[in-house]
Amino acid sequence: MAMSKMRRQEALYGYLFILPWAIGFLLFTLGPMIASLVFSTWKWDLLDKPTFVGLRNYAVMLKMPDFWHSLGVTSYYSFARLPLVLAAGLLLALMLNQRIRPLGLWRTIFYLPSVLPMVAVSMLFIFLYNPDIGVINFFIQKIFGVKGPRWIFDERTVIPSLILMSLWWVGSNMLIYLGGLQGIPTELYEAAAIDGAGVWSRFWRITLPMISPVIFYNLITTLIASFETFTQVYVMLGNRPMWNANFFMIYLYNHAFRYYKMGYASALAWVFFIILFGLTLLTFKSSSFWVYYEAEVKGGKKENA
Amino acid sequence: MVNPGRAIKKRHWLQAGILYILSLVLVVFFVGPLFWMVVTSLKSPAQLYSYTIFPRPIAWNNYITALRSIPFFRQLTNTVIIVVVNVVGQLLSSSFVAFGFARLRSPWKNRLFALVLATMMVPQVATLIPSYILFKELGWIDTFLPLTVPAFTAHPFNIFLLRVFYQGIPIELDEAARVDGASSLAIWHRVILPLSKPVLTTIAVFTFQNTWNDFMGPLIYLQTPEWFTLQLGLASFAGMYSVDWVSIMAASAVIMLPCVLVFIFAQRFFTESLAFAGLKE
Repeated sequence: MAMSKMRRQEALYGYLFILPWAIGFLLFTLGPMIASLVFSTWKWDLLDKPTFVGLRNYAVMLKMPDFWHSLGVTSYYSFARLPLVLAAGLLLALMLNQRIRPLGLWRTIFYLPSVLPMVAVSMLFIFLYNPDIGVINFFIQKIFGVKGPRWIFDERTVIPSLILMSLWWVGSNMLIYLGGLQGIPTELYEAAAIDGAGVWSRFWRITLPMISPVIFYNLITTLIASFETFTQVYVMLGNRPMWNANFFMIYLYNHAFRYYKMGYASALAWVFFIILFGLTLLTFKSSSFWVYYEAEVKGGKKENA
Repeated sequence: MVNPGRAIKKRHWLQAGILYILSLVLVVFFVGPLFWMVVTSLKSPAQLYSYTIFPRPIAWNNYITALRSIPFFRQLTNTVIIVVVNVVGQLLSSSFVAFGFARLRSPWKNRLFALVLATMMVPQVATLIPSYILFKELGWIDTFLPLTVPAFTAHPFNIFLLRVFYQGIPIELDEAARVDGASSLAIWHRVILPLSKPVLTTIAVFTFQNTWNDFMGPLIYLQTPEWFTLQLGLASFAGMYSVDWVSIMAASAVIMLPCVLVFIFAQRFFTESLAFAGLKE
């Protein structure tokens, strides 16, 4: 009897400790998600009373060239960037894993840009990319003797310029790879070397399979982060909007906080959420084909963590 | 085959050469932009177009001009207030919640934790507009409240990180304290918290970085320049002075500096926890 009272008290305390999260979950996650689903059926500018319009916001969206274009721009940026970031991060991590010296200094050099505030970084790159006084075009002129491109100031080169810039903070990807690389048992390489496996076959047959869960993690986080690109585009191109830099988040921000079309913007947010969710799900589904989990092979059973 | 020693030597020499050039390219790519920012920030406006890496005379004044034009100290104060409240809020709430998930037995606990993990996948955009409307209804627009209060509801990733850590602490410690008559609150406060300093430091560092660097939150919720954070201030400052590159570079350098310092002093925490996040997922 006393025992069960103690257990009951413990359970009660358990809920009490979880309470701050539960409140936050209801107020700032679940509540808003449901609310935005409701708002997406309204026409609402925050001033007048909202009117119910059913699915019209969604119907309007599907007919808007801007909407499709912003999806296209965001996808182009995200999918073009993805392989570059994944490969560059892995290359840097492999370099660091080769006991390159001094390790700490190199790691700092590669990772430092990842911790810097995006607004300041954007300022820096506007300056570097300046077609007339920027240092990049100065070097292009000096070395190749030709005039450099207009970078973010040209509709044709704005996305490639943003992708190139985004490689500057590839360091966070690199660190996660490095964690994966350091987790590979050295015996595997030794055994392979004895069997006469060369550098390439060791990389393809040992390194890549062993870090495939880490590649998977990087793939999902990079894809989602790319789709949510906002700050650098807003800061770098806010004053001179470019048609080809009409990122989805910019499109949504403008409708919500510039034109105060809260209903339409909520519908956009839901569609965006479903797209992100679908991409994540697709990646998860595909992972059984290419991600190697040690535990599954060894014990043949799922982990019970 | 005739002289394998020479062949190997030559190959090594070639490898070293390639490695050397590669290193140079990487240094230029990763350090170059920062170097150019600092050099530019020390030039006189007349020197801006000269592309020299030796500003002469060194125009320290740019920093004073930049700091005066932003209302730097006002915005620094705003930013520091928001950052400190966020760090304190996350540390308190995350450790509190993680304690509940890791050390106390309540029915449905694991299902609720699955929900915590699921919310990690919810992007900010899904909650952005209703949150704005909620804060507007509460009259919180143009105050720090929308940028600070949510910090007291524990970020899912922090809960996750701390829960793993707490599960590694022997449960016998709790039981011994309970026999001595300690309440759950006392166990959290006296037993668990003192043991979890390293992981709490990691969370503090990440919260600092995220809050200091945040742009979209302040952009949406703050309207009066008096309440702007440094990021918001820099963005609007540059909008106003788009040709004054020496001042903009000086202001950017100043705003980056705390991140660089925190990173250098807390590098261990960054690298360990990021690697950890990758492995556990």
